[in-house]
Amino acid sequence: MENIAVSVKNVTMKFNMSKEKVDNIKEYIVKLLKRQLMYTEFTALDDISFDVKKGEVFGIVGLNGSGKSTTLKIVSGILKPTKGSVQVFGTISPLIELGAGFDHDLTARENIFLNGYVLGYSKDYIKEKFDSIVEFSELEEFLDVPIKNFSSGMIARLGFAIATVVRPDILIVDEILSVGDYKFQEKCEKRIADMMAGGTTVIIVSHSIEQIQRLCDRVLWLEKGKMKELGEAEYVCGKYKNQ
Amino acid sequence: MMKENFQNFYKYRYLLFDLVIKDLKIKYRRSVLGFAWSILNPLLMMVVITAVFQNVFKSNIENFPVYYLTGYLFFSFLTEATNMSMRSVMGAASLIKKVYIPKYLFPLEKCIFCFVNMLLSFVAVIIVMLVLRVPITPTFFAFPIPMLYLFVFTVGLSLFLAAANVFFRDIEHLYGVFTTAWMYLTPIFYPMEMLPDFMTNVLRFNPLYHYVLYFRAIVLGNHMPDLHSNLVCMGFSLIMLIIGIAFFKKKQDKFILYI
Repeated sequence: MENIAVSVKNVTMKFNMSKEKVDNIKEYIVKLLKRQLMYTEFTALDDISFDVKKGEVFGIVGLNGSGKSTTLKIVSGILKPTKGSVQVFGTISPLIELGAGFDHDLTARENIFLNGYVLGYSKDYIKEKFDSIVEFSELEEFLDVPIKNFSSGMIARLGFAIATVVRPDILIVDEILSVGDYKFQEKCEKRIADMMAGGTTVIIVSHSIEQIQRLCDRVLWLEKGKMKELGEAEYVCGKYKNQ
Repeated sequence: MMKENFQNFYKYRYLLFDLVIKDLKIKYRRSVLGFAWSILNPLLMMVVITAVFQNVFKSNIENFPVYYLTGYLFFSFLTEATNMSMRSVMGAASLIKKVYIPKYLFPLEKCIFCFVNMLLSFVAVIIVMLVLRVPITPTFFAFPIPMLYLFVFTVGLSLFLAAANVFFRDIEHLYGVFTTAWMYLTPIFYPMEMLPDFMTNVLRFNPLYHYVLYFRAIVLGNHMPDLHSNLVCMGFSLIMLIIGIAFFKKKQDKFILYI
């Protein structure tokens, strides 16, 4: 057990897909009386099981709507599965949406602290790492500017710098390597490569199958919420490309 | 399980306090009068209500301005905090969808923010007492006790309303009517003696009635409420807190599907 970082067992995720959203008492009672209170269930994930070993780079591929992002959200604790269980051993740093938790009226300096707190860092820790965050994001001149005046690339840079300043046990990456210019992308990839070298477990979702093949040890292929393949990167990626 | 929850809370304490400070900054940075508003607002209300009640209704409560302000302070904290909390989960939707954060932080933060505001408005009470030469007695300094009871009760109610409002948005409107009724069922600007006997009995079921009475006893009445009053206040607070936590905990995993 001790060399496992994430263990997902028989996870099923269902959403209620009602045609109209019933979100008030009045409508609820009207629909109840008319006996129209029916929900169509949508199964986003169907009986998914996999283990990610410590230090492994694990990729998830699949078309849009296959359940990749839902899987990541369940692993990082944002969603609770309808059935099944998820166990995570170690600290987790989700790079799902960069800059989630930024307040656009506050300055970059204030946002570094706010976003750090959102990720569960302590005040002293952020103070200690403040300079390296600023240096990595290359935003020294704009520290006291409210980030509503930032470009989306600048916001992404700041978000990436904050989220990766820790060396988490598990890093979750969702399509974020496509932000910023090529120079910054290289910088991001290098930082992730450094983490991998340092023994961090990484779970990556990407549409770029080349990137997955290059980076990952093992790959899970999802199709319409079901597991299609799970195995060595070469093998699964080869099959995925030839489908 | 309990231990885990506390560790988690401890980890996110910085976020909690940062959110409170952010709210305070936003509230006070944007208005010219700044902190003065928190003091001025209850004072102006007091002038209006005092004028109406002493001239129109010929009310003869001793130290009416202080009598009114003490009730007003508690009632406005309760309604402000619950109303803000009720919308807090919806307001944090973009965050809740993207990162894991203990969701109770949002209503709790609003309660703390309103509590700080109440403490600022409490300065108004002290000013009025000094101006009217109402003696400040030793029991006055027990004011944190009823405030704490009220705070615990408010957190419980806020958690309950915040969770319920995610599923049924029109609770906001119903609650508006409910608080109006609640205001008249609390002796904020009328004397207790005015009520018929059966109403006095009804009021015993109103937690806010007990908190206001407690607060007035120490501020105006110069006596500490007995053990029985303390137990009643504590009982209401703890029961509400437990209901709020239980309901919130049961529903919180479904929030993300509705916001």
